[in-house]
Amino acid sequence: MTDHLTSNQQVHASPLLRLENLTISPKKTPERLLVNDVSFTIQQGKTTCVVGESGSGKSLTALSVMGLLSRQLQLQSGRVLFNDGQHGVIDLCTLDAERLRQLRGDKIAMIFQEPMTSLNPVLTVGYQIGESLTTHLGLKGERLKTKVHSLLEMVGIPPARANSYPDELSGGQRQRVMIAMSIACEPSLLIADEPTTALDVTVQAQILKLLDDLKTRMNMGMLFITHDFGVVADIADDVVVMFRGQIVESGSKQQVLGNPQHPYTKALLACVPDAQGQKVLKPINYAWLQDDVEDEALYE
Amino acid sequence: MSDDILIARNLVKTYTQRSGRFGFASTQVKALDDVSINLRAGTTLAVVGESGSGKSTLARCLLQLQPLDSGEVLFDGQDLAKLMPNQLREMRKNLQMVFQDPFASLNPRMRVGEIVGEGLLIHALGNAAERQQKVIAMLKRVGLSEADMQKYPHEFSGGQRQRIGIARALVLNPQVVVCDEPVSALDVSIQAQILMLLKELQQEMALSLIFISHDLRVVRYIADDMVVMYHGKVVEQGKVADIYAQPKHAYTQNLLAAIPGKQAINA
Repeated sequence: MTDHLTSNQQVHASPLLRLENLTISPKKTPERLLVNDVSFTIQQGKTTCVVGESGSGKSLTALSVMGLLSRQLQLQSGRVLFNDGQHGVIDLCTLDAERLRQLRGDKIAMIFQEPMTSLNPVLTVGYQIGESLTTHLGLKGERLKTKVHSLLEMVGIPPARANSYPDELSGGQRQRVMIAMSIACEPSLLIADEPTTALDVTVQAQILKLLDDLKTRMNMGMLFITHDFGVVADIADDVVVMFRGQIVESGSKQQVLGNPQHPYTKALLACVPDAQGQKVLKPINYAWLQDDVEDEALYE
Repeated sequence: MSDDILIARNLVKTYTQRSGRFGFASTQVKALDDVSINLRAGTTLAVVGESGSGKSTLARCLLQLQPLDSGEVLFDGQDLAKLMPNQLREMRKNLQMVFQDPFASLNPRMRVGEIVGEGLLIHALGNAAERQQKVIAMLKRVGLSEADMQKYPHEFSGGQRQRIGIARALVLNPQVVVCDEPVSALDVSIQAQILMLLKELQQEMALSLIFISHDLRVVRYIADDMVVMYHGKVVEQGKVADIYAQPKHAYTQNLLAAIPGKQAINA
């Protein structure tokens, strides 16, 4: 089978997730590359932040890992190599729907941006958290209940809230429920697509801390999508900067934020006001994007 | 104090919420609980707080878009809450608003020229040719072109729409502009453009701004004074630089500590 690409020895050395030359386009207009030749890796127990503006392809990249791309889009080329421990390294792009479904929610989990639209309003949050436990681990009855309660406790919600419906919870609590759902089966990879964008700053700080703690405790790899460099500075180990479907720069957080090399990264950082108020903002001049314009033009 | 252009004293606004089984019971939510602020002429006053803290209610009540329970809003020595509707309409020329969501706040069936020019039409300022000239000049000033007058809002990006919203507010040459989260729906690069535009326009047109925001980095950039709101109350107010350097109230300290990437980015 093509599923098992490497021998056991390589499995231990290889990263948790490796994207190789991922290219995505609409089926109708295959020449429009929404994600263009994107490659990066996520190590076990580390957080990789993908940063970019709207339309940069960061969410599509995340969705393609989960195999959740819209039917109007196609994966033109590339591989998504997931290190599934004893099962070896698998290319998620070539998996059939059934195998993928087994992985989703179990080994790979995802948190979405808007908790209200991703929770089912007619089911209690306890039921929704328990769903994946029943599906993947076969937990039922009293054992399921205990596990759900301990998960709620882990994300800082009183276990009695298991019987609440999503509309009875605040935005921050809903996002905590989403996190409890995603970590229920102790995934090795957690994908978070702007999980704090809809939240207040103080709540955002709590959720970021929670995610970071859980990452360390469960040794998860995290793919974290955001547009906020402040969040990147708080949570990332590695950073990937995307622009119009392509990676323009990647490296460790210290490298990318402290010593950015690519003009787009520099320009994007120059747009973020700081808490000291000393900074002179410099909006991006997009004219440089025409290929014949020199990079320096970006700073005008 | 003569250099205060807009003064609000002891504003109270209560919402009644149905609650309990079948909504038979009701609870009172104090959205504004004895709020007093003053806006110095030519400066920017930021109103900061979390969702539900009452900051948008404050914005709407200042402009009398919502009736107050009690309290007074003094502009130019007159209490706006006591004005007759026609007097208030006359006054609104001087008090304009820029809204948060540039997708929801522009009428999709109107052309941009009509949207920006509507205020001039309502206040019957100048004849048709003069109004058109004003609209064109304003659109150009905010970075759009004359040809954009004929287009509809959906033809523009989020940043461009916010420019249209700003043009609509400023074409009447107001003295006070209330901006309710004008950049929170925009990408950082676009956000920087809009913030700079607002600052420039403020200088040129001697505007006094009330800037509602939850992003403390943006507030630090644009505002001179700030008001921190929590559960409908003002918990702290003063100069932005002072509050950022030495926040006194525990809630303000919390808020400042929660700014993402505080240390790392400035390093």
